[in-house]
Amino acid sequence: MNHLVIAPVLLPLLAGVLLLLLYQQSLLFRRILSIATVIAQIGLAIALMVAVSSGDILVYALGNWPAPYGIVLVADRLAAGMLLITGLLSLCVLLYAIRDTDRAGRHFHVLFQLQLFGLNGAFLTGDLFNLFVFFEILLLASYGLLLHGGGRLRTRAGLHFVVINLTGSTLFLFAVGTLYGILGTLNMADLAVRVAATPPENVSLVRAAGLLLFGVFALKAALLPLYLWLPAAYAHTSAPVAALFVIMTKVGAYCILRVYTLIFGDQAGPAAHLIEPWLLPLALLTLIVGTLGAMGSTHLRQQVAYLVVASIGSLLTAFGLNNSAGIAAGLYYLPHTTFSAAAFFLLADAIINRRHPVSDRLDPGPAMAMPRLLGGLFFITAILVAGLPPLSGFLGKFLMLRATLTHPALPWVMGIVLVAALLSLMTLARSGSLLFYQTQPVEVAAAHEDVHISEPAPVLSVSALAGELAPAVALLTLCLALTFWAGPATDFAHSTAEQLLQPSAYIHAVLGNGGNH
Amino acid sequence: MEALMTLIIGVLTACGVYLTLRGRTFPVVLGLTFLSYAVNLFLFAMGRLVIGLPPVIADNAAGYTDPLPQALVLTAIVIGFGMTAFVIVLALKARVELGNDHVDGIDK
Repeated sequence: MNHLVIAPVLLPLLAGVLLLLLYQQSLLFRRILSIATVIAQIGLAIALMVAVSSGDILVYALGNWPAPYGIVLVADRLAAGMLLITGLLSLCVLLYAIRDTDRAGRHFHVLFQLQLFGLNGAFLTGDLFNLFVFFEILLLASYGLLLHGGGRLRTRAGLHFVVINLTGSTLFLFAVGTLYGILGTLNMADLAVRVAATPPENVSLVRAAGLLLFGVFALKAALLPLYLWLPAAYAHTSAPVAALFVIMTKVGAYCILRVYTLIFGDQAGPAAHLIEPWLLPLALLTLIVGTLGAMGSTHLRQQVAYLVVASIGSLLTAFGLNNSAGIAAGLYYLPHTTFSAAAFFLLADAIINRRHPVSDRLDPGPAMAMPRLLGGLFFITAILVAGLPPLSGFLGKFLMLRATLTHPALPWVMGIVLVAALLSLMTLARSGSLLFYQTQPVEVAAAHEDVHISEPAPVLSVSALAGELAPAVALLTLCLALTFWAGPATDFAHSTAEQLLQPSAYIHAVLGNGGNH
Repeated sequence: MEALMTLIIGVLTACGVYLTLRGRTFPVVLGLTFLSYAVNLFLFAMGRLVIGLPPVIADNAAGYTDPLPQALVLTAIVIGFGMTAFVIVLALKARVELGNDHVDGIDK
């Protein structure tokens, strides 16, 4: 048994507990411990990527109980890829958070590590009930992180976020209970075998449970009409937390991909293609609504949050095509959209801090310091997010559209994706010109406000500036790397998609010869 | 027994849904609690309802009840309990910071 599979789950848990016990140590010590843990996680994720790149599926039976009786962790290409994306994202976010976000409360690093514990567990688990448990872990940590720092609007958005996610967890349990009541197992590979052999009188119940699960995952992924919690929650939390939460919607997308290719995939007999009539239309509608929301936003961070909704629409459109090329396009688009949206949140924070007193509002504000540097970064981010050539956003959209060429929904997908790209381009162009060109003196900007004109922000030293912008630049560099090494990245995405569409290998790896039915 | 169980789960869920949709935080918290009670009973019943049978291997057992849902429901109860405690504290925090107990923080 390969202990590498469980290491990414155990490491953040142990680090989180250690940080909790060592809370009296200096902040510097806790920062170093936290960062070292995240770097170690990236190392583990790379090691896992190497181990699964040949197409092997690594299975770790906890307590050495054989599946389906024991709980298993399973690492395949998709899980390893998601772990690597999470690790890289969280390192950049943490580097931004150690500037001052982690001073606002004592346990920021504990919550951060526990959030990673939940995320890594959700990606690796091969058991549906365990998926629920890891969801709860990552959600509890996210409640703490979301509310970190406090404030009225943050508390209100947090309350909505908590209540809707608790309701989602209840629905998850109803779905899990129904599946267990009918099929007698919760191991995902075993479920895949048993769903295919469901007796006809139980098929409708299994389908109902499967669709209920889809509802839960759609809530996590912020798919229309369950996206309403996202813009407020992301716009009002602190910037590094919002950037980290970009991966949380991807957890929902990951679960949709995993459950509906493995359990309700081609081989599922009467329950096959369960969500096919739903996923593509809902994803396209999400794309439209997210783009319109971004156009109508009055605040910069709200706009970025709506762009996250739109990116989920694009991502699930690719997955909803339900062919190998579409899933591969989505898997290439996933890291791109995660990194670029997170970079946008961090960059927006740097811009907002220089626009006192207008700050977050999309109104003409005072000219900010270093407009060329910030404007240049904004320009690159906007190109990435809107999907313009030559960067990775364009490649992702191009792969997606190429995958639709043989799909019956071609006119819809083509039309909506292209129009949405145009609209988001216009939105970002308008915001950019407003932020960087339509400036007015501080006094005029302040005249509309009921605030005092405070001292202008002190000019930052070079090292402080580097600390502020380096995380966002690092995330943008990751997107550039995705562009330059698009060949290997798409190859990996293609082999991952092929592996997902051949669930028999997964089932065989988990259940051994018992899977040969 | 099945009819009684079904009725209880149904009534709890209905109360939970109604209360969760209310505008004040306290009914919402109660509604979430009702929903989690309902789902716990539902999970428990998914192992099929039997009377007086042991869940673990015994020499003189006539049959067994399914132990797994009991383990699942125990986990779900613990998680639900923690979540309820958290959401109560959050509701109190919102009451203090927003000045009233409306979920949207508006004064009526």
